[in-house]
Amino acid sequence: MDLLHNLGIGFGVAFTYTNLLYAFFGCVLGTLIGVLPGIGPVATIAMLLPSTYALDATPALIMLAGIYYGAQYGGSTTAILINVPGESSSVVTAIDGYQMARQGRAGAALAAAGLGSFFAGCVGTIIIAAFAPPLTELAFKFGPAEYFSLMVLGLIGAVVLASGSLIKAIAMIILGLLLAQINTDVISGTARYSFDIPQLTDGIGFVVIAMGVFGFGEIIANLGQPAEHREVFTKEVKGLWPTRKDFLEAWPSVLRGTALGSILGVLPGGGALLASFASYTVEKKLTRNPRIPFGKGAIQGVAGPESANNAGAQTSFIPMLTLGIPPNAVMALMVGAMTIKGIQPGPQVMTSNPQLFWGLIASMWIGNLMLVILNLPLIGIWIKLLTVPYRFLFPAITLFCCIGVYSLSNSTFDVYLTALFALIGYAFYKLSVEPAPLLLGFILGPMMEENLRRALLLSRGDWTTFVTRPLSSGLLIASALLIVIVSLPTIKKKREVAFQDAD
Amino acid sequence: MRIKSERDFWAGLMFIVVGVIFAVGATNYSMGPACPPNDPCAANLWARLSQLSAHPGAGYFPLGLSIILALLGALVLFKALTIEAEGGDKVGAFAWRPLIIIVIAIAVFGAMLEPLGLALTVPVLIIISSLAGDEFHWKGVAANAAVLTFGSWAIFVWGLKLTIPVWPWFAR
Repeated sequence: MDLLHNLGIGFGVAFTYTNLLYAFFGCVLGTLIGVLPGIGPVATIAMLLPSTYALDATPALIMLAGIYYGAQYGGSTTAILINVPGESSSVVTAIDGYQMARQGRAGAALAAAGLGSFFAGCVGTIIIAAFAPPLTELAFKFGPAEYFSLMVLGLIGAVVLASGSLIKAIAMIILGLLLAQINTDVISGTARYSFDIPQLTDGIGFVVIAMGVFGFGEIIANLGQPAEHREVFTKEVKGLWPTRKDFLEAWPSVLRGTALGSILGVLPGGGALLASFASYTVEKKLTRNPRIPFGKGAIQGVAGPESANNAGAQTSFIPMLTLGIPPNAVMALMVGAMTIKGIQPGPQVMTSNPQLFWGLIASMWIGNLMLVILNLPLIGIWIKLLTVPYRFLFPAITLFCCIGVYSLSNSTFDVYLTALFALIGYAFYKLSVEPAPLLLGFILGPMMEENLRRALLLSRGDWTTFVTRPLSSGLLIASALLIVIVSLPTIKKKREVAFQDAD
Repeated sequence: MRIKSERDFWAGLMFIVVGVIFAVGATNYSMGPACPPNDPCAANLWARLSQLSAHPGAGYFPLGLSIILALLGALVLFKALTIEAEGGDKVGAFAWRPLIIIVIAIAVFGAMLEPLGLALTVPVLIIISSLAGDEFHWKGVAANAAVLTFGSWAIFVWGLKLTIPVWPWFAR
């Protein structure tokens, strides 16, 4: 069987000494930033990109992937123990998880989250391995017009499902696309928007934007808020193993969460965050007569969303790996990382770099196993970390971001540019425009322009090529439908409620 | 006219301004080949557009994008002036202190690193950025600076072998 053969290659790659080591690094770091509130996977991955320069592509991507799904595990720990979600995707976990902790059932909650995530991670990995090859086949049939339309769908989908104000989010995508225009035009060789600054003719590094807007923007926003009083349940974590009753109650939620998360993860704009919210809603609807009501410490409310966010985190790799189209900001950084390593993201990765492709997938399963071990028996270490005050953390984050930006191309110009983007990022935060769509647009910008211009060249300037080619027109119709659907009054209201819960 | 959503008002304005700036910039670049003599494109705007689209130049894509951005900005602005938002959706107070201090810290890092090296730059960065928090204790900051200076050398220079200057120019 092909699947087994391919996974065989993957495990062969993933089980080498270096790759195991980097998967472990990634998982530890991911858990760490998941536990620490105030720094997310986007900033961390951007921060660490330069330090992967010396590495080969495979260990580098394995480590970066580990950070992403590791953060999903770590985020649940703080959500349960101190009611502060370490990651946005564990916001709903805090609702019931924290109540469980207050009732002395922190152990059961952590175990439900950890084991549920592990199960979901395994399923997610298998889904990637099974669905990636057929999707890749399909992608090879795409011409420039189809690719352009697919990117439109990807970008629209990303904001429809995952942001507050739709118009502002679309405007942010366009802004991202425009910022990506600061470069040298590939076709004519004209330097655009460079103001005769030589460093700008190569374009702005996406790390500069990600770090300025996400890393520093977050720090400034955090410091602007008053310090809050935190209650930490450190002594009460004992009896990690859930009771029989807990187990029986939790497993159907885990199954449902996994299924839901796997589907939502593949959608553009999906991934961990959306999956966990959807799962919580589903659990609330489907669980009849819960022993403990939702919001008061129901284990279903922890097990479902935690499984869903991990499954979603795994399957969101599918569009990135098969089509080269990132469904969320973290995947956008992974695409960037591949480009830095000289790998053109897209359907050809699977055939041209099978070691990387299958090795990465296999490493995810191994990483999930490591994470269960890291998070359940070693929970005490992570809890200790929570006692480190933010006043020690934020200078460290500032420092690592600065070093990261500098070492990108040993250029102080990049450091100054990051300072500028920190200002811009804070302005975005104050105006409540979300920066994630900007980053997606920025990463896809050059690819989109190239495909648009190639499609127009092929059609001799006829724009109708995008709607007369069936595949392309289908993709564009789907994007238009998405916008129409979320603009319908009833859906709009529900969507707004869902995002209010998120805040 | 009254602003009904302050955040949207400024966001819309920002999109319009950026759109206009990029659009003006785009006119400096070629949109595509010039119109050949005796061609219908000279008289007909539509024909000219399709003739340009056949060989889009460097300015084609950015001009289109900046027009869309400005239009979206106008839409956001219009909504901000017409649709009532809860509590006026105020922008709220700026966290000037952390904002300015963090930005200065980054800029100082950029200015100091190449001539003075990690050994001097890191402590300065840590001290400046620590001022952005609400608590500042010399002992804690000094300890943090010492640990991070050594740590960043160990991780980045010794461990990851990145080429970052460690010592000031006079001591290298």
